Amino acid sequence: MSTQALSETQAEPTLGLSGRVWLYRAIFVVVMLTAWQSASGTLLDPFWVSSPAAIFRTLVAWTASGQLGYHLLITFKETAAGFVLGATAGVLFALLVGANDTLHRTVDPFVTAIYGVPKVALAPLFIMWFGIGLAPKIVLAAISVFFLVFFSTLRGVREVDLKMVDALRTMGAGKFATQRMVIFPSALPWLFTGLKLGLPYGFVGAVAAEMMASNAGIGYLTQNSAGQLDTAGVFAALFALMVVTTLLNEALGRLESWIFRWR
Amino acid sequence: MRSVHLSVVSAQSCEAQRRSAVELRGVGKTFTSRTGQVEVLRGLNLSLQDGEFLAIVGPSGSGKSTVLNLLAGLDQPTSGAVFCRGEPVAAVNTGIGYLTQHDSLLPWRTVEQNIAVPLELRNIGRTEIAARVRDLIAQVGLEGFERHYPSQLSGGMRKRAMLARTLIYDPPVLLMDEPFGPLDAQLKLALQAELLKLWSAHRKTVVFVTHDIVEAITLADRVLVFSSRPCQIRLDEPIAIPRPREVHEVRFHPAFEEHYRRLWTALEPPARRPS
Ligand SMILES: Nc1ncnc2c1ncn2[C@@H]1O[C@H](COP(=O)(O)OP(=O)(O)OP(=O)(O)O)[C@@H](O)[C@H]1O
Ligand SMILES: [Mg+2]
Repeated sequence: MSTQALSETQAEPTLGLSGRVWLYRAIFVVVMLTAWQSASGTLLDPFWVSSPAAIFRTLVAWTASGQLGYHLLITFKETAAGFVLGATAGVLFALLVGANDTLHRTVDPFVTAIYGVPKVALAPLFIMWFGIGLAPKIVLAAISVFFLVFFSTLRGVREVDLKMVDALRTMGAGKFATQRMVIFPSALPWLFTGLKLGLPYGFVGAVAAEMMASNAGIGYLTQNSAGQLDTAGVFAALFALMVVTTLLNEALGRLESWIFRWR
Repeated sequence: MRSVHLSVVSAQSCEAQRRSAVELRGVGKTFTSRTGQVEVLRGLNLSLQDGEFLAIVGPSGSGKSTVLNLLAGLDQPTSGAVFCRGEPVAAVNTGIGYLTQHDSLLPWRTVEQNIAVPLELRNIGRTEIAARVRDLIAQVGLEGFERHYPSQLSGGMRKRAMLARTLIYDPPVLLMDEPFGPLDAQLKLALQAELLKLWSAHRKTVVFVTHDIVEAITLADRVLVFSSRPCQIRLDEPIAIPRPREVHEVRFHPAFEEHYRRLWTALEPPARRPS
C-alpha cells in the first residue's frame, strides 16, 4: 500500500555491525597512525604536524594534571545546556509553525535567511552582549542546534501521513491530541536526525566562542596551545573533543533505536 | 458480548418517527488537481434511515470512498449538502466511526494501544480501557497479538485491528470502506456474522462499501450500485431476505439469486451488457 511507503523510513545501517567491519576499522586506524608517526620527523617537520606519540604524551600529561577533564567538562556543560535549549526551542517552534500553514508561509523566508548566516560570525556579538562567561557559548551552541532541529522537525511535521491525522480527527481528537498522538511521534525520526546533526554543531558553536574569548574549555585549550606553538597540544585538544562527540552521537543512536523499536 | 438478535422492526409501524440518519442532497464533487479536473459525483441524492444497513457496490474509481469521506466531513462537497443525524456536516464528523480503505493504524503503537486510542481521547479510565480493549480483541480474533506492532501484522489482521478501533467507542453511524477485502473466506464470514450481531444488537446505521456482491446481499437492507464517473446510482435494490440472517446460508435463500442477477447486471458496463 502506498501509505506504508510514506510512513516507513530506512532502517539504520549501523545496527548489527559485523565484527569484520570493526577489524577493518582497527586496521585503518593503525595504518593511519603508523604512517603519520613514521612521516613525522622524516618527510614532515614535527613542528607543524606533531606526531601520534607526542599527542599521546600530551594527553597523558593533561589527564594526570586534571587539566583535560576540567576543560572538557566546561565545554561539555556549555554544549549540553545549549543543546537542550536549542533542541527544545527548535521542536516547539517546528510544531507550532507546522500546525499553521499561514504562519509557516509567513516565517519561512526569514528563518531560511537567518539560517544562511554562519553562526560563528555571531560569536563576537554574543560576547559583547553576554560577556566572556558561559553564556555566550551556550547561546551560540543553542542557536547552531536550534536551526538544524527546527528544519528537520518541521520537515517531519509536514510529511506526516494525513490519513492518520484524519482517522484520529474522526475518532474525536482535537488539535492538541492530534499533535501529541500523531504529529509528534511521526516527526520523531526527523527530530532525531536533527539532533544527531545538531550535536557536533553545538560543539562547534561552543568551541568557536571559547576560542574568541575565554579562559577555559577545549576552545581555550587549543587556542592556548597554538599560542605556545604547541602543535601536539592543539591536536590533543581536538582529539579529546572528537572522542566526546563520537561517544555522545553513539549514545543518541542507541536512544534512537530504542525509541523506534516499533519499526 | 450480547448475542441478542433483534429482528427488523416492521417498516410501516415506525416509518413516521424514523428520521434520516444520513443524507446527501444534490451532492456534486469535483477534484481539481494540476492535471485537470475530475468530476466524481454529480447531483447525488441519498438518504439512510436510522438503523439502516446500506451497502454500496460500484466499479473502482466510481466515487464510493469519496461519498464516505463527505459523510465523515473529511472533505466538503463542491455543490449540494451533506447531513448526518439532521445536522449539516460542516467540519469533521465525530459522530461516526470510519473504517477507512487504507491503513491508518499508528505504527508506533501496539495493537492494544491502537485500539485504545478512541477511549484515551475520551479520557476513560485505564482499567475500563483495558477491559474493553480485551473484549474487542477477542471479538475480532486478535488474541495473542495484543503487543504486536502493525508492521508485524498481516493486512487482514491490520483490518481487524482497525475494525476493533472503530467499534470500541460505539459510534451510532458506521462508515466501512471494504473492511473485509483482504480477509480469507472463513474469517470474512466470521466477521460478517459478528458485524450483523453487533448491528442488530445496537441498531447502528451502517454504510458499507464492498466489491463483493454476495457480501452486500448478505449484510445489507439496501444495496446501491454506482456507475462509473460521474457517479450515478444505477440501481437501488432493497434486499428481501428476512432477518436474522445466517451469513453462510443467505446465498441459499430463494430471493438471493434474483438479487445477485440484478446487481451483477447493473454493475456491468452498458457496452458489454447483453440486451
Ligand atoms: N484527493 C483527490 N484528488 C484528486 N482526485 C481524487 C481525489 N480523491 C479521489 N479522486 C478521484 O476520484 C475518483 C473516485 O475515487 P474514490 O476513491 O471515491 O473511488 P472508489 O469508488 O472508492 O474506488 P475503489 O473501489 O478503487 O476504492 C477517482 O477517479 C480518483 O482519482
Ligand atoms: Mg475506495
